[in-house]
Amino acid sequence: MVTIEQVQQKLNLKVLTMGEGSTPISSAYTSDLLSDVMANGEEGGALITIQGHKNSVAVASLIGLNTIILCNGRLPADDMVEAAEEESIAILVSQENQFTVSYKLAALLGLCN
Amino acid sequence: MRLKIKDVMTRSLISVPMGTTMREVQKLMREKRITGVPVVDNKRLLGIVSMDDIIQALDFGYIEEKVEDHMSSNLILLDEDMPISFAIKYFDRYRYHRFPVLNKEKELAGIVTTRDIITRLLWEINNEVDSLERENLAVASSEGISIEHQVYPVRKLDFENAGHASTEIKKTLKQSDLFPRTIRRAAIASYELEMNIVVHSNGGTITAQYFPDKVIIIGEDSGPGIENLDEALKQGYSTATEWIRSLGFGAGMGLPNVKSVSDDFSITSTPEKTIVKSTILFSENEKKNLDKRS
Repeated sequence: MVTIEQVQQKLNLKVLTMGEGSTPISSAYTSDLLSDVMANGEEGGALITIQGHKNSVAVASLIGLNTIILCNGRLPADDMVEAAEEESIAILVSQENQFTVSYKLAALLGLCN
Repeated sequence: MRLKIKDVMTRSLISVPMGTTMREVQKLMREKRITGVPVVDNKRLLGIVSMDDIIQALDFGYIEEKVEDHMSSNLILLDEDMPISFAIKYFDRYRYHRFPVLNKEKELAGIVTTRDIITRLLWEINNEVDSLERENLAVASSEGISIEHQVYPVRKLDFENAGHASTEIKKTLKQSDLFPRTIRRAAIASYELEMNIVVHSNGGTITAQYFPDKVIIIGEDSGPGIENLDEALKQGYSTATEWIRSLGFGAGMGLPNVKSVSDDFSITSTPEKTIVKSTILFSENEKKNLDKRS
């Protein structure tokens, strides 16, 4: 079981808001298309994306994702962080791209055999 | 709101007959606190004396002369059956503060000012808000089963508030003992329908109807309609612009997503109106849970 805080430390992610840091991340989905995330993201999972705006938070909250990892050093609009705080969703920023973040997170979650 | 000019214009008119002097009109304006007086002969409009005309008369010394010699007679007239959007356009185009309005018999029926229009629109907006709030209250159906009914307005390209309706619907469903899977399906349907209204339509509403055995989510908008329905239901087909795509929308997955989570799905679309209805049924076990609670 890997928590949001552990993922943040191991992947060296910048914290914009921590959500509920001690909650585990159970899976992850990588996509920049919000309808795609809506259809395929799993509850308790993380979203790996470059969509740094409020609508990503809305999608995360609707399907129960607890973490959004923004890639390529993207910084979100201020209102995105505010919305995430309200919904207790973590927003973490990586300097790396979606592919790199995805395989590192997969390894951390023990999904690479 | 399809308001016509006759719905907003002032009908109780103060007018003067031919032969009245400019001085008399000036007095009338001061007493009645008005800025324009029509000159009428047997219900026919001959002209209007405006504040400007009075000032000119004072300036040039003909204030004691008769109105028919100095009124503005080159008038722009509106018809009482015109939509008020027409009047608004005229106020933009000409810099007049009022327009005389004629009825079908070409008689003077009233006068319309920008103030009349604004007052009426405010009144209509208040009424609209009231009726939306009323719709949000629970209504009892004819069978005596209590049906909860919520309506949320959704505005065109309002990405700022997008997702509000879906979030509220999800919250309502979470209060009952439904399975997370069912709530998720309803959330997907309402979110996609809501985003479709934001991205593609002129604006509309999301309605959620809660029944003991199902929830129905209806997305309704006021056009411009879906040109090719068959295509719109295929994955990957989208008419969204580059800008909308860059926000992560317009992937051509919206309607197919709604369809795939619905037990019953219907769509009708004309240039005036598109209505999409998604029904999500509760499973037998869920219904048992709900019964236990109530």
